[in-house]
Amino acid sequence: MNSRSLQTTIIFLVVGGILALSLGGFFGSASRQFSSVLIDAQTWLSSRFLGLQDFVTAPRDIVSLRTRNAELETQVSQLQAQVIELQQRVSETEILAALVDFSRSNPESTYKAAAVIGRDPSPFLHYIIINRGSNDDIRRGMPVVTNQGLVGRVDAVIADAARVQLITDPASAVNVYLQNAETSAVAFGSVTGDVSLDMISQSTTVESGDLILTSGLGGGYPSDLIIGQVVTIRSLEFELFQQATVQPAVDFTRLDIVLVITNFRPVDIAPLEPLPSP
Amino acid sequence: MRNTIAFPLLGLAVILQSSVVSQMRLISGYADLPLLVIAAWALQERVKSAWHWGIVACVMISFVSNMPWLVVGIGYLGVVFLAQTLQRRVWQAPLLAMFSVIFVGTLFIHLLSFGVLSLLGTPYPFNDVVGFITLPSLLLNMLLSIPVYALMRDLARWVYPLEEYE
Repeated sequence: MNSRSLQTTIIFLVVGGILALSLGGFFGSASRQFSSVLIDAQTWLSSRFLGLQDFVTAPRDIVSLRTRNAELETQVSQLQAQVIELQQRVSETEILAALVDFSRSNPESTYKAAAVIGRDPSPFLHYIIINRGSNDDIRRGMPVVTNQGLVGRVDAVIADAARVQLITDPASAVNVYLQNAETSAVAFGSVTGDVSLDMISQSTTVESGDLILTSGLGGGYPSDLIIGQVVTIRSLEFELFQQATVQPAVDFTRLDIVLVITNFRPVDIAPLEPLPSP
Repeated sequence: MRNTIAFPLLGLAVILQSSVVSQMRLISGYADLPLLVIAAWALQERVKSAWHWGIVACVMISFVSNMPWLVVGIGYLGVVFLAQTLQRRVWQAPLLAMFSVIFVGTLFIHLLSFGVLSLLGTPYPFNDVVGFITLPSLLLNMLLSIPVYALMRDLARWVYPLEEYE
């Protein structure tokens, strides 16, 4: 065995001995100190490296994040627009479903749905404009309703639109009867958009909550369309008739879609009315 | 030719009046956008076509509204007359003239509407008309008169450039 081989053998034996001793736990404290120094050094180096990496890559990330943020904001606004559109459709569908239910429960009439597209420019008049006209067989005098009750009647028609006089218009007068009291009256509109009852006989007992329906008298409206309920009654002994205020069944401030009763033709009874004697 | 802008602008004003402004109620009254537009236009010093605009506005409103055409015609053309008269006399304070025209014009049109509709047989209690329609409408018209005047002044400068006017 030459000296070089002996030297190698000794080195292996020493290293093997040290490894065996360390594995056996004889170098515990020295090993812990060594490893803690090593870990500290690695931690320091790693943190510096990550800092340097952040510094180098940060500007590129901001640009990409801004781009991504803009994309997401666009997506959010698109989704919000979709949500609003879908909410509108749901609302419209609910209204249409209610109107379909109403038309099914009243099969004697035929209906044409129309959207409300405007109101009279003058605050003195209570009229709405709908998007159906003579092209859709809408004629003057046809009643207009919603699933809640009577809205008014068609006053003027052009090809693709019509103007509807609401029952709240001061010039509107509808012959009605009070269901519980079984008596006739006339419902008038007013400047403020309220509906009131007049021509109620003094001998009739009217109570708050009584249901008001069209009577069909005069031929202007079909019978049994809901108008509203009696709210308050004014009865004075020295007056010929009682008056009452009405809570309309229809919310006239939120008219979106209405139904025109197309199979009703108003009757003009003016020629049948007796002429005043000279 | 440049006055043809009256058609789209007044058309837009009438559509907005019918579909948007009429929904923005204060009690039972609301602003009158076509009235504001023609009053502001007639008050512009350079404008020579105020009467044409007034007539176009009358035709458009009569087409949409159930108000008798007599009320619309006399009312709106009366406002143009008032605006042109005041414009010559109060030319140094155009906003004051605008407020005056809107104040008097609104009262005039409402009084005319009340008178004619009452004559035609529709019951309008005077106190209700004043309290629920005229005063709220007057307030809204006065509030809107400043922005509408500013818009119409810019439009007048665009339609009638200064060098051409001089």
